[in-house]
Amino acid sequence: MSVALFIPCYLDQFYPDVAIASLELLERLGVDVVYPDGQTCCGQPMANTGCVADCAPVAHRFVELFAAYDTIVCPSGSCTAMVRHHYGDYFADDDPQFNHVKNRTFELCEFLHDELKIQSLDVQFPHKVSIHQSCHGLRELRLGASSENMTPREDKVRNVLNLVHGIQWCTPTRSDECCGFGGTFAVNEADVSAAMGRDRVADHVSSGSEVLVSADMSCLMHLQGIIRRESIPIEVMHVAQVLVGRMPKRVSPSAS
Amino acid sequence: MKTLPIVDHPTKAHAFVADNERTHWHDQALWFVRSKRDKQAGSVPEWEYLRSLASQIKTETIAKLGDYLSEFERNATALGATVHWAADAAEHNEIVLKILRDHETLRIVKSKSMLTEECGLNHFLEDNGIEVVDTDLGERIVQLRKETPSHIVLPAIHIRKEEVGETFHEHLGTDEGASDPQYLTEAARGHLRDKFLAGEVGITGVNFAIAETGGFVICTNEGNADLGVSLPRVHIACMGIEKIIPRFEDLAVFIRLLARSATGQPITTYTSHFHGPRDPQSELHIVLVDNGRSQLRNRSEFRDALHCIRCGACMNTCPVYRRSGGHSYSATVPGPIGSVLSPTRDSSSYKSLPYACSLCGSCTDVCPVKIPLHHQLLAWRKELVDQNLLPYSKRISMKGASILFRNPRLFTFAGWVGRKSLKWLPHGMTHNRWNTWTIARELPEPPRESFRHWYAANRKR
Ligand code: SF4
Repeated sequence: MSVALFIPCYLDQFYPDVAIASLELLERLGVDVVYPDGQTCCGQPMANTGCVADCAPVAHRFVELFAAYDTIVCPSGSCTAMVRHHYGDYFADDDPQFNHVKNRTFELCEFLHDELKIQSLDVQFPHKVSIHQSCHGLRELRLGASSENMTPREDKVRNVLNLVHGIQWCTPTRSDECCGFGGTFAVNEADVSAAMGRDRVADHVSSGSEVLVSADMSCLMHLQGIIRRESIPIEVMHVAQVLVGRMPKRVSPSAS
Repeated sequence: MKTLPIVDHPTKAHAFVADNERTHWHDQALWFVRSKRDKQAGSVPEWEYLRSLASQIKTETIAKLGDYLSEFERNATALGATVHWAADAAEHNEIVLKILRDHETLRIVKSKSMLTEECGLNHFLEDNGIEVVDTDLGERIVQLRKETPSHIVLPAIHIRKEEVGETFHEHLGTDEGASDPQYLTEAARGHLRDKFLAGEVGITGVNFAIAETGGFVICTNEGNADLGVSLPRVHIACMGIEKIIPRFEDLAVFIRLLARSATGQPITTYTSHFHGPRDPQSELHIVLVDNGRSQLRNRSEFRDALHCIRCGACMNTCPVYRRSGGHSYSATVPGPIGSVLSPTRDSSSYKSLPYACSLCGSCTDVCPVKIPLHHQLLAWRKELVDQNLLPYSKRISMKGASILFRNPRLFTFAGWVGRKSLKWLPHGMTHNRWNTWTIARELPEPPRESFRHWYAANRKR
């Protein structure tokens, strides 16, 4: 099985370690993984603004580039959801390349959970951790059960993280409220977005969490911006970094 | 038609969010209602099945809307009611006024109805010399304060009990500084009792109208609708044409969903059925109002919005609504469903509403009739771009992004420039009030190299 890694634009430029961790993790699990040259972005900023014509060529580039691989793995729920649920606007229903890419693009935790079905990980993370569920991961990809919906579902991100040794779970009171990032929403509706972010961080901090982990770095970029501005004592990490054994920079291991 | 002033949601939200304490209190109050809803929904094992069923019934109804409305008209008329049809708000108001004039009415009592709110009935009647008293407690508070409801189920949710105390002190003569809800409610009861006794005609909304029987149902928690129509001899019920459901048995599905979704109660305190006028000396008028609904029905991507049973759950769950308040939407129906409905009425005035959404999708999952709200908001954004209503600055930035993302080398270069400028430029140049992001947030710390560089150096075969 040839696996291509799709690294979203902002991860490539601003969070390379998340990409490196994703790559190392897959390599350790014996996956034959490559990072195809020439990739950029899934087109989400344009699509979410409604600029379909500007998104179309980007979507087409994406499909052409990745159609050659059996599987595409992406360490971002939101970009995966874009490919799986919103690319339909840009391709014919019966386009074989498009259908292949659509059906074979997975979010990282989803890939580990559903495709590789990993059972164990030799990794320690002795910290107080809370999960920030990304809305697109949750309500578009259904990586877990959303609190509004009564259909029981497995929490794939948590299940995978549970294979890591030493995590002490902390639970925020609102299990899956939006952090307020929302792409261009953060700029369009700056005040509301910031208020949502501050509330989200406060909820995680009051749960006792020291490390806020998410499968979507875009949520974390926004939350981290608030954390640093307000000097709040909590750190953010992408789930790939935890799964590969990176340690938080500022927090020392907590006694269990 | 007169054009409305353009609503700019971020600007209107700014003032609300700036009051940190009020925002938190508003958010908590609505979150509490949502949590109650979660408990109730969770206690019904077939909840998701009920949602699917409700959605299917609505799809069927909207597909054959004309047939069900005529069936309703036939059956309601046979029960002795008079059915009127109104194409728009103005016609609706004229019909109501004519009935009132025919009965030489000067005072009416009105229970909660978002439709009459949508049609601006209160102002219209007052301009025509008729006293209108809203009998729903929340609506009465809002009416006394000369405001509009900020929520479709909890019209006064934006007002604190201390503020209610001030309003009642001014209008009803309650003690100064009183804020005890029990005391204030008692005072409102006494005041409304007199109004009920003086009312000559009762106006109500309609929650569900049943084609098969010609009857309709009104759900309230205060019993004010029943009181309002029991004393006067004339009852006028105003309803949007989408309130119709085909069969009596369908009602059970919606009744089970409505109160649970709205307030987290298993059922509203009063669920009153009306089948024709109550006696030969009484009159029952039913006004069926279109006011843009047929237009919505013709648009396949937005048609499902007609499923809405006005439970307000999407507002309670919406993180944007909770922090920006209902008035920031400048519409009778605010929140996610309001942001879908308002632009259908006037896309230019309401063009900021589809963007007042982080696309979290919580509204879609909470909606008891399964309206894909966040996907409809996304569809609206496309439509606004098609109609050339997206501001030029945003269009241009998306065009620029598209060019960048189509050219990996340009993208790589731009990323390099971005990272370097973040590193080298003084903080004040990258973080200032012209950069919206940095008003409340720090930009990411730039890494030494991009992943693609790292990969080329470490993994290239
Ligand atoms: S859109 Fe759905 S959740 Fe919102 S008010 Fe209507 S029925 Fe309720």
